[in-house]
Amino acid sequence: MLHFFQRPRSPFKTGVLVLIWGWMLTFVLLPNVMIIFTSVMTRGDSHFIEWQLTLDNYIRVFDPLYLQVFISSLWMAVITTLICLIIGYPFAFAISRFPAHVKPFLMLLVIIPFWTNSLVRTYALKVLLATKGLLNQSLLSLGLIDTPLRMLYTEGAVILGLVYVLLPFMILPLYAVFDQLNYNYIEAAQDLGASKIKTFWHLVIPLTMPGIIAGSLLVLLPAMGMFYIADLLGGAKHLLIGNLIKNQFLDARDWPFGATASIFLTSAMAILLYAYWRSIKLMKQQVNV
Amino acid sequence: MTHPPSVLVSLKDVSKSYDDKTVLAALDLDIYDGEFVTLLGPSGCGKTTILRLIAGFERPNHGQIILAGEEITQQAAHLRHVNTVFQSYALFPHMSVFDNVAFGLRMEKVAEPEVKERAIQALEMVQLANLAHRRPHQLSGGQQQRVAIARAAVKRPRLLLLDEPLSALDYKLRKQMQNELKRLQRQLGITFIFVTHDQEEALSMSDRVIVMREGHIEQIGTPRQVYENPKTLFVARFVGETNLFDAVIQTKNNHHWTLTLAQQNVCIKARTHLAHLAEGQKVKVLLRPEDMRLYAPADRQALADQPCLSGKVIERNYKGMTLDTVIALEQGGQILVSEFFDEEDPDFDYRLGESVLVSWVANWEVILVDEQVSPSVAVSAVEEV
Ligand SMILES: Nc1ncnc2c1ncn2[C@@H]1O[C@H](COP(=O)(O)OP(=O)(O)OP(=O)(O)O)[C@@H](O)[C@H]1O
Ligand SMILES: [Mg+2]
Repeated sequence: MLHFFQRPRSPFKTGVLVLIWGWMLTFVLLPNVMIIFTSVMTRGDSHFIEWQLTLDNYIRVFDPLYLQVFISSLWMAVITTLICLIIGYPFAFAISRFPAHVKPFLMLLVIIPFWTNSLVRTYALKVLLATKGLLNQSLLSLGLIDTPLRMLYTEGAVILGLVYVLLPFMILPLYAVFDQLNYNYIEAAQDLGASKIKTFWHLVIPLTMPGIIAGSLLVLLPAMGMFYIADLLGGAKHLLIGNLIKNQFLDARDWPFGATASIFLTSAMAILLYAYWRSIKLMKQQVNV
Repeated sequence: MTHPPSVLVSLKDVSKSYDDKTVLAALDLDIYDGEFVTLLGPSGCGKTTILRLIAGFERPNHGQIILAGEEITQQAAHLRHVNTVFQSYALFPHMSVFDNVAFGLRMEKVAEPEVKERAIQALEMVQLANLAHRRPHQLSGGQQQRVAIARAAVKRPRLLLLDEPLSALDYKLRKQMQNELKRLQRQLGITFIFVTHDQEEALSMSDRVIVMREGHIEQIGTPRQVYENPKTLFVARFVGETNLFDAVIQTKNNHHWTLTLAQQNVCIKARTHLAHLAEGQKVKVLLRPEDMRLYAPADRQALADQPCLSGKVIERNYKGMTLDTVIALEQGGQILVSEFFDEEDPDFDYRLGESVLVSWVANWEVILVDEQVSPSVAVSAVEEV
């Protein structure tokens, strides 16, 4: 690192570096330090925090009440990830097998939903799923059901919302690995007597593993934090960790505990990202590109 | 041993095109059981395409492929008893060398102890048993190529397709692997279809050579036939070095022809297979550099009735076994003479610029009909008349 600073540099380079470091310090490091700081303070009545060191918040996180939210949130996130993977994997594969001039168009279709705010799209889902919503109305008028189905404010509705918003994050990295996949390997496997299923199992899955992991992380991590989806589609019962944090800050006004919960979520993400980084390093040793 | 060999693979009237581009046109080809056949031809002539059709990665647009009496034209690749050494190796990057070689056996559900034994044996054959635990990317190009050979050969298929399997090896290793492959082929009785750019390799290893050009077969024959009796100018040029002369048939009878060649009359034995050529017909005379002989100008008397051209030495290249000499002919043009090195011979050493006489072993000339214009152009020229 040292030699980096010792080299003579142009004013432009210095400017860019100052800007980047300044940005990182002000908007990444400082807020995180503040959150850590807040998490070891005591809740105040008149002010948000009282200047008194405590580890109470860290103990409170393990209260069964909150642990319950953590676990159910993780559960929904895992289910969401699996569903995204099951839909996204064949989807990404199919796109990668299209002729080169069609692919960008298909990828555009995947990306277009990003152009509409996901909050708006979640409201749309709500309209669709409501007791007197579009889906129930059509099913009723078709005579398929007699009484409206309860779809809104269920765990299923939350998961549907999460899948709907997060699916592109699964498809994009998977598409990237499928697009890079060297078809020679697949032919070689068939040449050596591997059926389609065995080729898939022994070649396609291992070779696309970096994309599977990347996509899963990109879905799993946000799926624990997207509180507005749980708010809109899950009602009060199906909370995500994101809801917990939001509630502590905005409703319960318990900033120190909110900060602690947020640190927990961040650490969980950090651990998963570290695991990803390690596995990619392992993969890199295995897959020469 | 003497009964006629049975056909293992045949391509019947096979055509293949990509988009609108014809890559193979109405190809007929029989390959015999236990034979070592080489496909030889310039880049893009369709060698890899033939292998891919036989292996099952492509379907022909037209025609049939028959393997061991069974039609396999539409059969899936993994069901064919054929294995391929890919031009790009295609070693599985996430598996060790050992697992790569074992893969094919495991797919056959061979018992694990036997898998281990055979995989190690195959790796020993390519001298890589000590690197069995490595990943492919930790190997050099030549080592990867040898793993690819071991991976295909370990399955002991009826037919092994090898797409330039030795191209990344240095000379010594290449020779070694050539011997190993020949030994493997004889020992296991596997039929080989081998693709190479190296004509020396093609000639020295093969039972038959197939010379291809732009998606069709130009000539099939033993290495000797292809080298000594090329059917077309293309084959002559592609296989080995050549000296080409324009010549005109002056007179012909049943025993002898007289040709004018480099402003000299040369008498050669009549060629029965070219009996249809008329007097006055233009032909090409092909002479291999190693059939040519150099003489000092003083030897002219001794060469009385032999064809004899004179010129000056302009280049000498020592090639180890042979000495290559380039002569600029008095009549114009250059020729290459390749002689075995003989230190005993005092006459052997010609200096640059020295005048010499060039002759050749009588009747070893190859006479080819002049096809300077490509066949398609020739046809249209005829039509215009
Ligand atoms: N998938 C494909 N799509 C379109 N054209 C192709 C395809 N594969 C091969 N070709 C064309 O078919 C022709 C024959 O290709 P092939 O790979 O058989 O050549 P080759 O004789 O093996 O050449 P080389 O010696 O360079 O390997 C080439 O002109 C090539 O461009
Ligand atoms: Mg090729």
